[in-house]
Amino acid sequence: MTDTGIGARVLRKEDKRFITGKGQYTDDINLPHQTYAYFVRSPHAHATIKSINTAKAKKMPGVVDVFTSKEVEEDKIGGLICGWLIHSKDGSPMKAGPHPILASGKVRFVGDQVAVVIAETRAQARAAAEAVSVSYGVLPHNVDAAQAMKTKAQVHDVAADNRVYNWSIGDQAATDAAFKTAVHVTKMDLINNRLIPNAMETRAAIGSYDTGSDHYTLYTTSQNPHVARLVISAFHGLAPEHKLRVIAPDVGGGFGSKIFIYGEEVTCVWASKRIGGRPVKWTADRSEAFLSDAHGRDHVSHAELAMDAAGKIIGLKVHTIASMGAYLSTFSSCVPTYLYATLLSGQYNIPNIYAEVDAVYTNTAPVDAYRGAGRPEATYLLERIVETAARELKMDPVEFRRKNFITSFPHQTPVIFCYDAGDYGAALDKALELSDYKNFASRKAASARNGKLRGVGFSAYIEACGIAPSAAVGSLGAGVGLWESAEVRVNAVGTVEVLTGSHSHGQGHETTFAQLVSEKLGVDINNVAIVHGDTDKVQMGMGTYGSRSGAVGMTAISKALDKIEAKAKRVAAAVMEASVDDVDFKDGTFTVKGTDKKMAFGEVALASYVGHKFNSSEIEIGLKETSFHDPSNFVFPAGVHICEVEVDADTGLTKIASYTAVDDFGTIINPMIVEGQVQGGVAQGIGQALIEGAHYDRESGQLSTGSYMDYNMPRAANMPHIENFKLGFTVTKCPSNPLGMKGCGEAGAIAAPPAVINAITDAIGVRDIAMPATPLTVWQAMQPMKRAAE
Amino acid sequence: MENFNYHRPATVNAAAALLKKSKDGSYMAGGHTLLPTMKQGLAKPTDIIDLSAIKGFSGIAVSKSAVVIKAGTTHMEVATSAAVKKAIPALWEMAGKIGGVHVRNRGTIGGSIANSDPAADYPSACVGLGATIITDKRKIAADAFFTGMFQTALKAGEIITAVSFPIPKKSSHMKFPNPASRYALTGVFVSQDSAGKVRVAVTGAGPKVFRIADMEAALSKDFAASALNGIQVKAKGLNSDMHATAEYRAHLIGVLARRAVAAAK
Repeated sequence: MTDTGIGARVLRKEDKRFITGKGQYTDDINLPHQTYAYFVRSPHAHATIKSINTAKAKKMPGVVDVFTSKEVEEDKIGGLICGWLIHSKDGSPMKAGPHPILASGKVRFVGDQVAVVIAETRAQARAAAEAVSVSYGVLPHNVDAAQAMKTKAQVHDVAADNRVYNWSIGDQAATDAAFKTAVHVTKMDLINNRLIPNAMETRAAIGSYDTGSDHYTLYTTSQNPHVARLVISAFHGLAPEHKLRVIAPDVGGGFGSKIFIYGEEVTCVWASKRIGGRPVKWTADRSEAFLSDAHGRDHVSHAELAMDAAGKIIGLKVHTIASMGAYLSTFSSCVPTYLYATLLSGQYNIPNIYAEVDAVYTNTAPVDAYRGAGRPEATYLLERIVETAARELKMDPVEFRRKNFITSFPHQTPVIFCYDAGDYGAALDKALELSDYKNFASRKAASARNGKLRGVGFSAYIEACGIAPSAAVGSLGAGVGLWESAEVRVNAVGTVEVLTGSHSHGQGHETTFAQLVSEKLGVDINNVAIVHGDTDKVQMGMGTYGSRSGAVGMTAISKALDKIEAKAKRVAAAVMEASVDDVDFKDGTFTVKGTDKKMAFGEVALASYVGHKFNSSEIEIGLKETSFHDPSNFVFPAGVHICEVEVDADTGLTKIASYTAVDDFGTIINPMIVEGQVQGGVAQGIGQALIEGAHYDRESGQLSTGSYMDYNMPRAANMPHIENFKLGFTVTKCPSNPLGMKGCGEAGAIAAPPAVINAITDAIGVRDIAMPATPLTVWQAMQPMKRAAE
Repeated sequence: MENFNYHRPATVNAAAALLKKSKDGSYMAGGHTLLPTMKQGLAKPTDIIDLSAIKGFSGIAVSKSAVVIKAGTTHMEVATSAAVKKAIPALWEMAGKIGGVHVRNRGTIGGSIANSDPAADYPSACVGLGATIITDKRKIAADAFFTGMFQTALKAGEIITAVSFPIPKKSSHMKFPNPASRYALTGVFVSQDSAGKVRVAVTGAGPKVFRIADMEAALSKDFAASALNGIQVKAKGLNSDMHATAEYRAHLIGVLARRAVAAAK
């Protein structure tokens, strides 16, 4: 038994290089004879491109070339794709407008890329970009999801009313019938505010074409380099997969925004060939990141919850308008559908659910998956309306939830999912205890003595992670399977290399994946290397998002390790002249039953490669195994979060007085890393609830929150004091994978926003308040009450 | 950013001469406003005249009646000065609330007030304490110094050399930061001098720092938060943006003024 196995709180192996500045990010890589790209971006939200004059820019110092859609079309480079085909309820396919890598004929949002300048230095490229003259014909624009189907601003010709699809889930007739029997119906209009991901490392790419071998290499900030290679090969038509290597080296955060294939990285690879093979490097500055990274959320919803006389929920109806932005990003279409409405049952036994989603184009940056992706939107809607229903029914929100919890498993919801395991009551009990809920009234009184309004809010969330069974997602429109692959190479000295299709960009895979190897083979984690992020090294992979790297990626590794153990047993049996059935493997040692014969794992590894002691026609030389794991179900992490806030009635300033998170992630590999994931997720959730929000100016169509001067990122001061930030875990093991893992990467961001808003509305006594609940918003919400009191 | 000539003169006179000689030069103190605007291409000076090497350009002197801070003194030096803390605790506290650590290590008092950012903190201390701005040419009362948004009474080429703050009997500074930028969404500096005369200066809420006569009159009679009851600040003319409406800023001025008076020492 090693002390670096499953459950060990070991420090992260990768942190030394990160905190000593030795990480190798895309922008740290410089190739010989490299050039620099700078993109000319649209200053208009919506306009025709009448003409582009690049003559002056081409004569500027250091300029290698300038390209526009003209050259893209000459080379027949295909447009960006959306990989999940959603059908409207009338059976028609979604309306995907063209998405060229450089805008052709029209620009559709502020920041849309129009031309690219390639120069010897970045400064020269940028200076020349200012000299590219574009003549625009300004068109009416719309940045507002709620207005998209009514506006004259038509973003794409294929979608006359800007509607990408009108999709539905659930049984409408049965739900309507249930509402007719309701004793009480709670109705709410809720907005899920648009967010900008803000990974610490901005997007970057280096495209390099080798004229000798006719081979392309792309270094890029990607969460899934194999998918990038597949899409660039299959859809952009740049190169077949064996002629294209995609490397995603160290990546400084993604939160979803680096799943997608973007025009800039495709442009870099293409342009490298176009200029004769010199590498082309592009690194987004922060302003470009704000404008052009895929944004998150941006839902406008109406929801109705029906209850019977006993306070049991009998039905839920939802209508959501989801902004897709100006183009359909890589996975955008599945976010407000299969990642959203399938979670509307939450932790509750709701017999009838019907939801309809209108996805719409707006003249804004594309919207796609962002930490939680659909599940935060579902959780926010459900937990806000459940809390409000309890208040209207004058029931304790705790007891109202408990009364409606699902208590037996498996549980089939009316919206596709079959929950496999959970104990929601246990998480609630633990959260109530950790948060000292029973003494809330005395804390509220103490706050009042200091002139502060204290409130408490709950959030009982569930998410579907570990995406996903390939056949299931295929039947729902996904263009890819969502399995994961692993290859385990045991070296002759017994050290281990794991090649994984998962990609670490902050998650700590180099540590947690090594802990799994340590657990199963009995080797120390320092004798394990995790290799990822390079399509020339790793066989194939689907990448990291949707909290899938544990449940799916590690299961693939686990299966490959099982094969390693089986093979090693055969070698050990041959060397020790025993029957393979008599060989046991425990704590890194092979023993033969009933004898004192034993071999260490390293000795067996060596024997596997030396091949002197067994018949190599019966047992193949070497110790290397591969597994492709396709999950049989999603996994369903769930938990209860409780937030207490203190609101300064004079200024509207909200402070998180305490935050309690109790989560059921199944088996936990490294508690320290998991706690960090929860804390980070909660920080982002508090950010969304209190301060963060992307804002486009309706009149101008400009992004008003285009820098940190106006876009509020959560800071340490927005968090509860560490002593009042309590984490707890309950464990029901996931039955669909051998490790019993669920997934923890998104939970905090999913759970926190409704907990915070429920607490604020409780504190100030209003029914609803918009996110972000900034001091201004809270103060304004309190004004009508003050006037009424005067 | 465009190329520019960089100068680092050793005297105020040399700096002034360099600026005069340059085609479109600019002085630079901490550079916190100038450099970002240059990076964005909004400012393209031909010459940067860095004032940081001028001899005797930074330092703090405290006498019985005044705290004199030389123009090149960083916010960090003020925020860590025991002498300032003892003489005018509100000024010491305010300097420690400017930006973050990196900003405080680079930013200077002279640079801050010469820029006259409507949301900067120092202008409220200058006006709220009735300071005198000392330049290479003359002395200017703070009340006359800040003339508009990013506008001051400084003439072309004139260099601030020091700011003299009279030591009040009591003073206090309250800042409600913009949640994103941490500039003052609204900030109020209140002081009462030995004769009982009160100044109330507001930053972040209008196009430039301004005083509120009603509040000063009421507090000069009775220096207590309750003296401000019933005084409504008008929203008209105040800034309105996505972070705060004019009405909210007007409200915050009242809240912060009452808190400042209550906390004054």
